[in-house]
This record gives sequence, C-alpha cells and structure tokens, in this order.
Amino acid sequence: MAHTPSSPERPAERSAPRTPSPAMPLRGWPGVAREHSRSVRVVSTAEVDAGAERTWSYLDNLGELERRGLTPAGTLLCVHGNPTWSYLWRRVVAAGADAGNRPWRVVAVDQLEMGFSERTGLQRGLADRIADLGDFTAAIGLDEQAGEHGVVTLAHDWGGLISQGWGAAHPALHAGRVLTNTALFQPEDAEVPGALKLALAPAVHGPGTRGTTAFLDVTLGLHRHRWDPEVRATYRSPYLTAERRDGIRGFVADIPADAEHPSHPEMRRIAAAVATDGLPALVLWGPHDPVFQQRYFDDILRRLPGATVHRFEKAGHLVAEDEDIAAPVFAWLSERFTGARDVVAEHLARREADESEAPVSLGDRPMLAELDERSEDDSPAVVDMGRPDRRGVSPVARSLSWRELAAEVERTAAVLREAGVARGTRVSLMVPPGARLTTLIYACLRVGAIIVVADTGLGLKGLTTALRGASPEFLVGIPRALLAARAMRWPGRRILAGGAERSRLALFGAVAATDALPSRPAAEPELIASNDPAAILYTSGSTGPAKGVAYTHRQLASMRDAIQSTYRIESGSALVAGFAPFALLGPALGATSVTPAMDVTQPKTLSARALAQAARAIDATVVFASPAALVNVVATAEELTAEERAALGRVRGLLSAGAPLTEPLLRKVAELAPAASIHTPYGMTEALPVSDVSLEQILEASDDAGQGVEGSGNGVCVGTPVYGAQIAVTPLDEYGAPGSEPTHRPALTGEILVRAPHMKDHYDRLWWTERTSVSVPGWHRTGDIGHFDASGRLWVEGRLAHVILTAGGVLSPVAAESAAETVESVRRAAVVGVGPAGAQVPVAVIEPAEGAEGRRGPGRRPRAGVVGHDLLERVRAAVREATGVELAAVLQVPEHPTDIRHNSKIDRPRLAAWAGRVLSGGKVRTP
Amino acid sequence: MPWNRGSHAADGNGAEGPTTPGGSPAAAPGPSGEAGAPSAVAAVPRPAAAAEAPPRETAWRAPDPATRRRVLPDAEAPEETGRTVLVTGASGMLGREVALGLIRGGHRVTAFQRSDAKALKASLGERGRERLHQHRGTLTDPDAVERALDGADAVIHLAAKVSVSGPWEEYEEANVRGTRVLLQLARWAGVRDVVYVSSPSVSHAGSSFMGQANEPADPCAARGNYARSKAYGERLALEADGEDLRVGVVRPHLVWGPGDTQLVERILERASRGGLPLLDQGAALIDSTYVTNAADAIVRCLERIDAAHGRPLVVTNGEPRTVGELLTGMCRAAGVPEPVRRIPSPLARLAGRVIEKVWERRPGEDEPPMTEFLAEQLSTAHWFDQRETREVLDWMPAVSIDAGMERLREYYRG
Repeated sequence: MAHTPSSPERPAERSAPRTPSPAMPLRGWPGVAREHSRSVRVVSTAEVDAGAERTWSYLDNLGELERRGLTPAGTLLCVHGNPTWSYLWRRVVAAGADAGNRPWRVVAVDQLEMGFSERTGLQRGLADRIADLGDFTAAIGLDEQAGEHGVVTLAHDWGGLISQGWGAAHPALHAGRVLTNTALFQPEDAEVPGALKLALAPAVHGPGTRGTTAFLDVTLGLHRHRWDPEVRATYRSPYLTAERRDGIRGFVADIPADAEHPSHPEMRRIAAAVATDGLPALVLWGPHDPVFQQRYFDDILRRLPGATVHRFEKAGHLVAEDEDIAAPVFAWLSERFTGARDVVAEHLARREADESEAPVSLGDRPMLAELDERSEDDSPAVVDMGRPDRRGVSPVARSLSWRELAAEVERTAAVLREAGVARGTRVSLMVPPGARLTTLIYACLRVGAIIVVADTGLGLKGLTTALRGASPEFLVGIPRALLAARAMRWPGRRILAGGAERSRLALFGAVAATDALPSRPAAEPELIASNDPAAILYTSGSTGPAKGVAYTHRQLASMRDAIQSTYRIESGSALVAGFAPFALLGPALGATSVTPAMDVTQPKTLSARALAQAARAIDATVVFASPAALVNVVATAEELTAEERAALGRVRGLLSAGAPLTEPLLRKVAELAPAASIHTPYGMTEALPVSDVSLEQILEASDDAGQGVEGSGNGVCVGTPVYGAQIAVTPLDEYGAPGSEPTHRPALTGEILVRAPHMKDHYDRLWWTERTSVSVPGWHRTGDIGHFDASGRLWVEGRLAHVILTAGGVLSPVAAESAAETVESVRRAAVVGVGPAGAQVPVAVIEPAEGAEGRRGPGRRPRAGVVGHDLLERVRAAVREATGVELAAVLQVPEHPTDIRHNSKIDRPRLAAWAGRVLSGGKVRTP
Repeated sequence: MPWNRGSHAADGNGAEGPTTPGGSPAAAPGPSGEAGAPSAVAAVPRPAAAAEAPPRETAWRAPDPATRRRVLPDAEAPEETGRTVLVTGASGMLGREVALGLIRGGHRVTAFQRSDAKALKASLGERGRERLHQHRGTLTDPDAVERALDGADAVIHLAAKVSVSGPWEEYEEANVRGTRVLLQLARWAGVRDVVYVSSPSVSHAGSSFMGQANEPADPCAARGNYARSKAYGERLALEADGEDLRVGVVRPHLVWGPGDTQLVERILERASRGGLPLLDQGAALIDSTYVTNAADAIVRCLERIDAAHGRPLVVTNGEPRTVGELLTGMCRAAGVPEPVRRIPSPLARLAGRVIEKVWERRPGEDEPPMTEFLAEQLSTAHWFDQRETREVLDWMPAVSIDAGMERLREYYRG
C-alpha cells in the first residue's frame, strides 16, 4: 500500500503534536537516544473511557530519519507485554535507521498504565487495549504515513494478542508480524502455566503485582544473562510506587484463563484471524520460558505454518533482552519487503541447479528398496550381541533375517499408523542402537514420519532442549527413556518400545507399544516423495547447543550412496556397527550389520573382545568405530583369543569416524586388523562423510609435510572428498573472518565449505543459524578451518571459533598441538587463546602422560594447574621449533573436557575459559 | 616540608642512594619495578641491610656491580646531535639505561637526582663522560630544577618516590607537586619535548586483567599511594601537552635486568634463604619488561614525540609469563634455589592488610614484607595489548625474556 509521506489535511485529533517525552530523566536511559523518546496526547475511543485525553510515552526514530533525510520503507510497531515497556525494544529502535538494506521507522509504545504512559486508574480489557493502540497509531499519523510497505508488528507477551488484534482491525495497514515469546491462544481446557496461576491466586494477585514489585522482579529475573544494574534499574523505573504498578495488576487480571473470562471471545477472534490472513511471519523464540512454554510455541507454529522460525537455544522469556534480535528482524524485513537477496532461497535455488547439472545422480534409489527386494531372503540382516558371560563371551541376543526384518518393519509401521503416526509426523526415537532401533527407523521411513534422533550423549539437559526444539508428536522409547520423558516432561505422546501388556502401557503412560499386533492389516503404503523430510538428527553439541539437522529421504539415500561408492560396501557385505550413524544404513546398503556388546552412549566401553566376537558372529568384512572406542580396543587387545584375532584378521575395511585419529593409534589398529584398509572419514552431522583418507595416505601426507610440499602440514590431513562431495575454503582475513569466495588454492587457510547431495537440507527451526551456514550459496559452511595442499588434500586446522587472534595475526591451534604432543610427557594437548580478541596469547593445556612429572604418584591423577618449569621449557621449545608459536604458558589438566558423544572433541571454549581463570591467579579448579 | 628534611626519594627507581627515611637505600621498585615487582620485593626484608649487618652464611649475595660493569666504548658514542636532554632520576637502573641510550644516540645528558650517579659515570668512557653533566637536588626545589633545566631541549622525567608504604603526603609531594614544578619550569625554560615515565598501575584497580589497552589514568581507582600519586602526575603531564610543549607518557611494566637491586636481587636473596613463596600456584600471567627494552622505548618516545605525545603508552616485552615462571627463571639464572612454598592468596592478602596497619604506626622502618596491594599484584593477571604502543613508537623490544634471562645468567654466574 502506498502512502503519501505527509498529508496536509490530516484531521486535527489524529495528529496531535509529538513532543519529546518528559518521562526521560536528565541522565537518560542506557541505550536510548534522547531524540527517540517522545510523548503524545491521544483522545481515547476505548469503551472504558471514550473521549478522555491520555498522554502516551513512546520511542520513535522518525525524528532521526527526518533529520538524516531518510525515507522509511515501512513502520515496525513494537508492542511490549507485562510488566516491561518500550525499553524492551531499545536496540531495535536504535538499529532502525541503519539496519538492513532500507531504513525502517520503528515505534515502540508504552501502553496505557505501563512504562511512562498515563495511569488512568481504570481496568482496561483486551478490547480496550486494542482500541487504545489504534487511537495511538492514528494519533502519530501511521494511518497516513506508515511508509511504502505498511506496518509490521513486533510483539512480546501480552503485546502478541494486542498487536495482532490491532492488525485485524487495520487489515490495510498490517503487512507482517514478528512474534517473540507470547501466546495467541489459551485453550479453555488447558491450565495456565504455574507461574501465572500463582500470580492469579487471590492471595497473591494484588500484593504480588501491585502492592510489591514481586511480579516485576520475577519477570526481570527471567533474563538469562547477568543484568547491567543500570539497565535493570531502568526497567524498574516506571514502577516505583503501588499506584504506578496498578497496570501490572490489571494485565494479570485480564489473563483469559478460562472461557468465562470477558477477554476470552476477543482472544478467540484474534487467534483465528492470525491463522487466516496469510501475512509474512517471523517467530523468534526463547525456549527457557516458564510462562510461554512449548505448547504456546507449537500453537503459534500450527497457526502460522509458513512462518520463518528461529529458536535462540540459550534465550528465555525476555528474548529481546537475552539476544540481539535487531539483526535477524531487519535482515528478515529486508528479505521479505525491500528486495534484499533471500539468502536461504538463493542457496536452495543454487543447490537445485547444481544438482541438476551434476554428472552423477545420487539418492535415486529409495532407502527401503533393498529391504523390499530381499523380503524372501533368509540370511541374517541384523544381529545384536548380548552381555558377555563370565568367560567374557557375548552370545547372539537377537538375529533377524532379511525376511524377518522386512516383516517386522511392515508390522511396526502398521502399529505406528494405528497410533496416529502419519506422513510428516515427527517421531522421536529413544531406543538404543540394535535390531529394534533399526526396525523402528525403517518403519518410520515406510510411514513417511520424520525421525527425530537426539543422542543420549547430549545428557538429560541437552536432550530436553533438543526435544523441545523439535517438538515431536510421538516419542518411542524403551521403559527407561519413557520414565525420563515423564520426569523431564519431554514432548510427544508415548509409544513403548516393547511388549503391549496393558499394565505396562499404563505404567509408562504410553498410547501404544511397538511389539503389539496391529488390529488391521497393513494399509497401502504411503507414497513418499524423495523430497519429503525424513529425519532430524541432532549435532553432538560440542560446537555450541545441539542443533537439529533436517534431511530429506533423498538426502539420506545419497548418504548411503556416498558411503557405498566410497567404501565399496555391497550387498552381502557384513559390518560391525560400533558407530551408530553409519551402522543404521546397513539395511539400506544391503549389508548385514551387528551391534557389539557395549554401552553405545559410552564409546570407550567397547572392548577388543566384544568387537571381535561381533565380527565373528557375522563374519564381518567392515568395521565402523569411533576413535574413543578404538582407543579402548587397542588398550584391551591383549585379552583377545586366537579365534577372535582371526575374526579381526578377516576384516577388509575399518572406518573410524567422529574425530581424527593419531598416527600411532592408527598403526596399532592396523596391527589388530592386518588385512584391513584403514580409513578415517571426515564429516559432521550436517554432511556425513565429507572426505576420506586411508592410513597409507596419511603416511604419505606426513612425508610430504616433512619435505615441505606446498600446503602440507599445519593440521590433520583428512584426504580428498568422498564420492559426490565437493570441498572448498573461504580464506580468513586478518581478523579471523572468512571471506565469501570459495577457492581450492593450496596453502590458504580458510573456513571449509562442503557441498554434496547428502548434506543437510536445513537446520530445524533455526532460520538465523541456517542463514549464516548457507551464506555462500550452494555450500554448507562447516565452521571448521583448514587448507588444501598441492596434491588437493584437505588439512583441517580446527574450528573457526577456536582460532587464536594474536597481535601478530590469526593462529590456528592444530599444528602447535601436534608439536606439543611430540614431547614425551604429553599425552594430549590443546592450544587455546586467552585475553581479548586481537591481543590473545596462546596457552597450551596438556594431559600429562602416565608416569610423567606433575602426577602425584603412579596411577594418581595429576593436579590441574601450571606444569613444572622443565616440562614448560620442553613444550615451549617443541612448539616454537615446529611452528614459530611462542606459548605464554603451559597448563595441565587430569583430563580434557570433551563432548560426550565421541569422547574425542576437546571442548576448547571451556578449556580456554578455564585457562583464562587459572592465569588470572587465584584458586585452581579442574575445568 | 618533608622533602627539606630529606624524607622522600627523588631518585627515580633509584637504587643506589639513601632514600627512605631510615637512611637505607630506596626501598621499593619504581617505575622500573612496577606492579608485580613490589610484590616479590616486599616479601624480602631489606637485602641491602647486608651493607651494615653481617650477611648470613647461607644467604646469596649480589655481586658488586663494579666487578660486572661494562663501559660504553667511545666508539659507540657517535657525533653529537647538539641536543641536551635532562634526565631526572638517572641514578636508578632504568634512569641509567635511559641516559646511556641517549648518550649512545649522540645527545648530551643532564642527570638530575639527589644522590651521585656513580654507576652511570662509571659506565661511560671518556667521550661519554664529556657529554654527561650532573646536577644534584630534589624536584620540589625550584632553584635546583631551574639550574638543571639550563640549556636543556627536552626532559625525560623518571624521578619519583617509589614504595609500597608511607604516608600519602610524601607521595603527593614528590610525585604530584614535583611533576607540576618540573613541567612548569620546563615550559618557562623553553623546553619543547617531555617524556613522563609513568606506571601501568595508574589505570587499574588491582583486579585481574588480560590484554588491556592503554587505558587513561584513574587516580580514584589506583591502588596504593604510589599508583595514585603517579596517576595524578600523569594527568598533570598530559594536561600540559600541547603544540608548544609536547608531552609523551611511557608506562614500563615490571622492569628487570642484571644488577637490579629492586626486584631481581631481592628475589634472589630471599629465595636463597628458602623464603620466597608463590601465591597459590604462581599461575597469574603478568607482563614484564627487560630493562634495555624499557629504556629504548622511552628514548624512542622522545624521538617519535610527534606521533607519541598526548597519550599514555604501556611498554612491556609483550611476552606475558606466569609469576612462577618469572621467579623460577630468575632463580635458575642466578643459581639459587627456586621457590617451592605456596601460600593461598586470600591468606596473603589478609596478612598484608594487618602488616600494613602495623607499619603505618612504625614510620621510618623498613618496607613491610607484604602488603595487601602486593598480594593482589602477585596473585592477579596483568598484561597488556601492545599493538598501539608498538605502532606509535615504531618499536619492538630487542631483548626477549629468554635472552634477558641469559643475560642474568651471564651477570650473576659469569
């Protein structure tokens, strides 16, 4: 809608003069420009006090735009909730003139009774407040001059319903919505959250909201970071007396907790309108919110299926305070309204074009094709090894032939359908790897459900965050998982992975059991499109909060093909599944798979004997394992019997995935499996695998590094791209920031980019993260850094976030770490930076080797802290000689903090923070 | 007035002259032995008392500087520039190095301090000595300062009362009023360029910091009388900066070197008797400056005064090291037993506070063995972002910490 910039015939009562707000104290509000604080007199049309003139206080950057001669593209109308005020939006107001590709006018209002707007002493209901907001927007001239693109509402808490009610009343003006934690609907039959119920209790309501600052303080207590005292004081400043807090009481009283509430019909009307107007929507959510919990988030997403969604994993109720929302808000406005390139859309278009031009097509064959073809085959498909007996021998606990597996998958699919699982339903699987999990996965694929796999390695807290993020409709779990689900209130209707006795179902609150017999014969299978979503796999969380990575059926099938082609795993191969992600592909690959006896959440519990017995049970040709598992296998190799050794001797291929393996360890593994070609793929949850390198190639590469071949060295050699994948780097600038031009030139350190048919489709409900990860169209930015050598091999230097920004330039830690590890007393080393970016100094944190100085005695754990002077000098000299890096200090820890899943990726940010604390003096604790 | 009774030190980081009220040599590190220095030092009861009391048999003794002295060959003193620089506090270790650096650069030097700058003279060959003139006096004696300024084109001001204890009035007199007098008289004398040698302690409150930039001086936050008085002095100096009088400020951090009686030799003496403790693990990361690097940077500041004036520049080696490593390194270089005892820092702080109180009532005695300030300095990180300093001065330290340790070894063992 086009609006003339100013109209001379504006009705007088609709254009009350805007004046600077008298509310802003002389010393100001931190983060607010004085010129942005305004006030205006507005004649009310609300039922409660029609005709009365009220003073409104608000923030508005119009003055700034006019002063700077900028024409706004549109208006962002920010509406706060209870008990915040326009101050919540100060960073958005401040950014309005300069963010995005066009300036936006930003108006953040203080609602009546709130902030520094007038106290009317009246109880204003939802309908009154919507009328109030309309009076206000008319008074500041939005009806006439909202700008070319109209008004986009930005709301929090109560502001959600009020702003959307305003939008429904101004359909010609309302052009889009940005919602932060809020509720659009409170079902009559659902309870309000406990926190609000308490505030509504008669004994608490008055004293809690008006008589004292309790409600205010509790709300401010939801901030997820430490408050700047001045900012907190500013939030409280409009509410210093009981009279000034009457609006807080009034808002709480107006919560439409049940159908009898006078504001309930209004809410119902607004919630329905939001779902039908089809306006562009952005949802920015803080999941750590005791008020607007998961179900409100899910309700909003149901009403706004086309919304752009980002969950700030660490944020809570006050998401606008916890995170910088101005950047995503204006980026979204630019993309949706003012013609900025849509980063994600451009990436998808590029990817599609790339794939249609690709010489080879991957993922054409459905994941279930092999299973279908072999439904008459009686050879084993999946085998589980049981707990070892007293002699250390594991029996075969369960074995399914291809025929049995195919039948089980069909039966389970029917059970799932009966329970209500359908195409597109999100199903979280909390079942340990093995035949049962394999069956469930293929059954879900058959139904067209989306598998949500969050590894127990994330820990209960991490799992909870991940599961809330994905909000699965069903949770299939073993009894232990269902108990945890109840305790942690994980979302999803429960399905028991096990027998269907009625008592058990009741015990676990389950609606169905996987082992039940379906009451109806199997229906016609759903027709699944290859671009249908198939799975959401969670990252390990070693690189920030766990992210859900969405894959389509085709992308999963491409992963299978990449592995099949790279490692020549054929129909009839037999593999040991010591590393779950690849192992689950067994039935799709047509390979027999065996799960060894181990605690799969603890890779280091895999013993050499358990591995060998598993290999023996199916006469395995291929072994998948994680580095941590292999460390333990090598450590327990002496226990192997001759037969078990022979079984390992028949293995032709051994893959270690998850993290790089050191050369000495690889050599020891090679001794155990002398006939095997040993490979370590490099990859990440977003693209698995990316590249591959064999032991022979690693040795060759390290020779090259010794001879100074261009680009060889300074990192871990991970070889060349796997079948179908491409790799490039975007070189880093002097501040450690990657550029945007992918290159293959050797010896240039940059962020590693990947493109492959089997890489992720997108991050789930993490639009802002997704947008960053695909900012180079067609590619996935891995967040790892590395470089190519002259032979085209990739060398990984670590994480982009782990580079050390020294006064002398950007330093990646891997080479220095390898150098430190050449010192005899050092088992493992991490080099981290301490100090501010640009002036950081490198510090090595080592794990002392067994028997090294610094240990208190044989077998005792070494203390955490500084190392002795001699070891310090040796490590410093080794690192200086190999890399020229001058270590400021060398510290030691008994054990590096690592991610739980692989037990191999060192948590460097945590280590860096610890090193910073130790080197600041004071008491030394373990990291 | 106190200075008339000779109760304060005008001798830079003056090590050689009697300066403290008790008549014993200067008691504490100065701009040279900044921050971390007093800490280590303070743990040491007067080593120089060795001059009066018979030394203990087990104690390590510093070699006589005269036996180690290297004389600047005339060949290293090039043609004169015709420029005369007044150096206040030239009898201290850093002041001496600065004067030597100037003479090596062809300048004439007027040395001004209370005591006789014997060591400086002895370090000069015939040609060098011709370029050195000495005036003895105190900074707050305007007549003496005026005489010293006669003929000077530039001033490098190192003299200060440096200590960790004593009443505020004495610091104010020497470090604030003395600076004010010098700046005023220098302006009247037509001096164009001044380098004020300050201390990084003027800008921090005693808590840990890492990679700090050149923050402005803050007398209110500065810990202890020395840091506070230097902060006021630095403010005076920067306020005086302008086009007619260009004032540069250099803050060397924790200066050490061979023959350093303030820091190094106190550590060695104390350690040799097994009495050098590390607070906690001695893990606090601190910056330090090898003495010739500090002197080079100060001279460089005068040379680059066009770019360098009007802002403070912290100077360090740019190689932060843990307290433990520095102390151990020094002990090893000199061949004395390294520190092994550890005491928790809160305990040291508490002890420091008590001892400080006691010492206040016993003026005229030794430096207290530990003060709260010192405990803080020994147990907290303080190191700096050297990028601005190096760019403005177009200078890099020539002697690394390892090389500096090697020079200690040569000096004490060779």
